[in-house]
Amino acid sequence: MSGRDDGLAVLPYGDRALLVEVAGLDAVAAVRAALEHDPLPGQVDLVPAARTVLVLLDRPPADTDAARLRRLSLTPPPDDDAVRAVDLPVVFDGPDLDDVASLTGLAVPQLVAELTAAELTVAFGGFAPGFGYLTGLPEHLHVPRRSTPRTRVPPGSVGLAGPFAGAYPRASPGGWQLVGRTDAVLFDVDRDPPALLRPGTPVRLREVR
Amino acid sequence: MLRVLASGPLATVQDAGRPGWAAIGVPRSGAADRAAHDLANRLVGNLPSAATVETTAGGLRLRAERTALVAVTGAPVPVTVAGRPAPINAPVTVPAGAELVLGAPSIGLRTYLAVRGGVDVPPVLGSRSTDRLSGLGPDPLQAGNVLAVGDLAGEEPVVDVAPVRPPSDRPVLRVLPGPRRDWLAAEAWTRLVSDAWTVSADSDRVGLRLTGPRLERARDDELPSEGLVPGAVQVPPDGAPVLFLADHPVTGGYPVLAVVVTADLPAAAQLRPGDGVRFRSSHR
Repeated sequence: MSGRDDGLAVLPYGDRALLVEVAGLDAVAAVRAALEHDPLPGQVDLVPAARTVLVLLDRPPADTDAARLRRLSLTPPPDDDAVRAVDLPVVFDGPDLDDVASLTGLAVPQLVAELTAAELTVAFGGFAPGFGYLTGLPEHLHVPRRSTPRTRVPPGSVGLAGPFAGAYPRASPGGWQLVGRTDAVLFDVDRDPPALLRPGTPVRLREVR
Repeated sequence: MLRVLASGPLATVQDAGRPGWAAIGVPRSGAADRAAHDLANRLVGNLPSAATVETTAGGLRLRAERTALVAVTGAPVPVTVAGRPAPINAPVTVPAGAELVLGAPSIGLRTYLAVRGGVDVPPVLGSRSTDRLSGLGPDPLQAGNVLAVGDLAGEEPVVDVAPVRPPSDRPVLRVLPGPRRDWLAAEAWTRLVSDAWTVSADSDRVGLRLTGPRLERARDDELPSEGLVPGAVQVPPDGAPVLFLADHPVTGGYPVLAVVVTADLPAAAQLRPGDGVRFRSSHR
């Protein structure tokens, strides 16, 4: 529809949603935080992703909605003290650990040291209930997906793919490079909140043996 | 209580789904034909939040352990209570001990059974819906299951029979342009709204796969995954569009060419494998 200097655009998405497109993850976080704090009238859900935030409404979107979205500030949200950092215990014995070490040119102990030093943040979810795409890996730890995805990745597997790290809440097919596993309960429908890793949550991987 | 004697090909418990959890990867789910689900609840005087049984291609047999007020809506099926024909789109009393049988639909796919008070299974994240994609909610019904009846009933129903048009045998779904229409070749939209499409066999509550002309892309780079809605018409690399239904994934990585208007999602949910379907531009 209409663009802005900073790349924010509002795209049509049927008669119950609008798609806010921005330049990258920081802007996604800003849009998400702004709309969580001050929702549009009738807003029923938000879907943050890599470059977009989908805004779902219980009514047809109006011109005034698009206008308001176009005026959103992309200032990063202030650190929310209510968002507790997650310390994810990881055993680094994944089947792709050696491959990742050679892809990054690091010895395994150095790779583990760099992974546990990274200050990660949940950027968005969407792949499966409780799965969070973690950003904040230094660029030299970005590795491609496996050329052949696994038909079954065991629950708790911790993997890397492109700029992201992530942990599988339950068994599923997957192409991420598996570096370890965690016994943290990533998703529990009887817990409040059900997902351990929610957008905006700071995360550190902590080595356990 | 209702005892399941036979489930047919697929019968699940459904309600309005679980909106509000998309950010942590939980699909909305819920009744695929919301209009039929809502009507079934109204006919027995249920609150809108009550759960119904969604059958796929009929074939549901139940025994009422206690007298129950029920209503059958959606894809029209022959209904019998204790062996006697009973109307659809109307409240029907099933006496204690009697069998309720839903036959196969003459047209359409999904038939809904409401019971006064609602089907009571433990809610998961606020909903009793079975989500076939994420696995949340109760398992599909099986012979031998006993369904409790809840207390989500309001005033006694006053409607005797609801006039309902059966699903069309020549359905036309209205579409609005999707957010990534420009990722497809210029003629893709024209083809979508002018050509005839067929629902393929690998269609389910997640979505309808459509066969027809191959829709070409205008650009080959990878679209970062972004949020989906029910009714989104996504075009994967093979050029055969997918029309997403209730159990659609939260995000998808292929361009969305068009979005079916909300009012026409019930008709989309009634399409069976092999059915023809057309699209019409609803662009204002």
